[in-house]
Amino acid sequence: MDPVEHDQPHLPAPTVGPVGFALGVVVALVGLIINPLWISSIGGAITVIFAFVWAREATAEMRGRHVAVEPEMREAGVGDAPALPATAGEAAMPPPEPGERFPRSKFLEASTLGLGAVIGGVVTVPVAGFAVLPAFLGQKRHSVDLGPITDLTEGQWYVATFQLDPKEGETSRRTAFVRNNGVTTARGKQEPSFTIISNRCAHLGCPVQANGPTGSILGMKTISETTANGPVKLEPVVPAGFGCPCHGGQYDTEGNRTAGPPVRGLDRYDFEINNGRLVLLSEYSVAKVDGSGAQAKIHKYKFAGPGEHVTGVEQILYPLQPPHH
Amino acid sequence: MITRRPPSRAQIRRERMQAAANFPLDWLEERSGLVGGIRYFLFRKVPSDTNWMQTLGSATLTAFIVQAVTGVILAMYYKPTPEAAYSSIQNITDHVTMGWLVRGMHKWGASVFIILMFLHMGRVFLFGSYKYPRELNWIVGVLLLAMGMLEGFTGYLLPWDQTAYWASVVGINLNGTAPFLGPFLAQFLRGGQEIGADTLTHFYSLHMLVIPGAIGGLIALHLYLIIRLGVTSPPWSKEAAGEVPVDGVPRELRAGLTRAGDGDGRGNGGPA
Repeated sequence: MDPVEHDQPHLPAPTVGPVGFALGVVVALVGLIINPLWISSIGGAITVIFAFVWAREATAEMRGRHVAVEPEMREAGVGDAPALPATAGEAAMPPPEPGERFPRSKFLEASTLGLGAVIGGVVTVPVAGFAVLPAFLGQKRHSVDLGPITDLTEGQWYVATFQLDPKEGETSRRTAFVRNNGVTTARGKQEPSFTIISNRCAHLGCPVQANGPTGSILGMKTISETTANGPVKLEPVVPAGFGCPCHGGQYDTEGNRTAGPPVRGLDRYDFEINNGRLVLLSEYSVAKVDGSGAQAKIHKYKFAGPGEHVTGVEQILYPLQPPHH
Repeated sequence: MITRRPPSRAQIRRERMQAAANFPLDWLEERSGLVGGIRYFLFRKVPSDTNWMQTLGSATLTAFIVQAVTGVILAMYYKPTPEAAYSSIQNITDHVTMGWLVRGMHKWGASVFIILMFLHMGRVFLFGSYKYPRELNWIVGVLLLAMGMLEGFTGYLLPWDQTAYWASVVGINLNGTAPFLGPFLAQFLRGGQEIGADTLTHFYSLHMLVIPGAIGGLIALHLYLIIRLGVTSPPWSKEAAGEVPVDGVPRELRAGLTRAGDGDGRGNGGPA
């Protein structure tokens, strides 16, 4: 074993192609943060150009650069027979039999591969679609009837427990914190105001708890009723705030993050009053809330998953949301 | 000149019995070559100074086989629906004969499998066994590690108790925070917008069919590459460093594992 042999690289030295390609990717990624339209486009262009250069370099050998070779020439020496004219001798290669220009074996090979690809595609497309699409299409919007609003004492918080989808049963049991803010005239007419906060932690989705005494300690009655959504429970609570048991995220009573890992405030439910009953509609995400109760100014965003930023630089990381509701 | 004595009766009997015992193997070998194939697979030459650490790969394989076998048996009793999942697990643990044992093997064996994968990976790293020409086997191993972790993740939900449920909520949402496609990945894993019956069946199918299938294929590739490229010596090997002659051949006359001058370039069992 010659030790020197080990020092030799196994591959040719890197050329400008891959380096430029990497540079282009870096520029495109940096551009996503700074200026997606221009810098990312420039980065993308650099990437494409160097990808082409790289591919040309990598396949140069395979594409077989034509090497010009001089044909070997010899002087006709004494004693050699005179060269035959090219047309006189036998052909070096017999002319192909008629009908054998595209041999049968080639045809069978191509048709086997082609048919295999077609069968594979015909099978794979519906199967892959069946595996992936149902999670994204036909997601139903649920509305939840929480009972008459007159049951809810003004200014009192309740832990509302309900089933999002009675068909799914217990698995769809969800919790929200509900407060009747009384009547507001904020939008020019008299209308009831509610604060309805989802208990899904904005960190990673654990169930947020109310930090405070509930139920019988308060000497108040828990409201239990059965609505179109099955059993609904409204348990009075006096929260100093809300806290998550998993990783210690803390929120104030408007759902603003006060401590811990959550990236935004707690989500809220839209609601409507239908025949005097409180009905929860879709959820939306909240960056933060200024003020409180009926006067609160809610910085409202499209419903996002836990841990997803809705404001700041990081929101660029979540440009698209899967279809829901 | 040696005069041959006629074989004794005992000798003849022994030869006949040997032939009779070997007949099924000979029959199989003649028609399939399987006996020779298995001999080639199991009785390979390895460097004389291999180390006990190099059994960690086989230990990981054994742990996977234990998981596969116990998992198949558990699947005979487990019901992947929100209503029945937890009670079927209780049934396995409390009522099915030896169910507690099989479930325990699967539960604790899962941790053993993951731990062994990491120990094996550490051995390969510290021995430098990932170096040329074995880089591809390292890559296959990393894929196996990812698949093994996915098995752990998807299996954790199946008991469908509070721990399982909330751990999966956190795990799925953690995936959901991945940039760009994260929210879509999370929704795919949930099988919809909310965790529910579809999530449980999704995880069950991934856990017992999709991922084990992928692991099986990757293990086959992993073993093929190990057989083709051979086992490495430990980094302190004097033999591999050429300080002791191997089979009486001094270092100067031995070529590297798959370099020029190594004949067929396979090096099954060759020093490296």
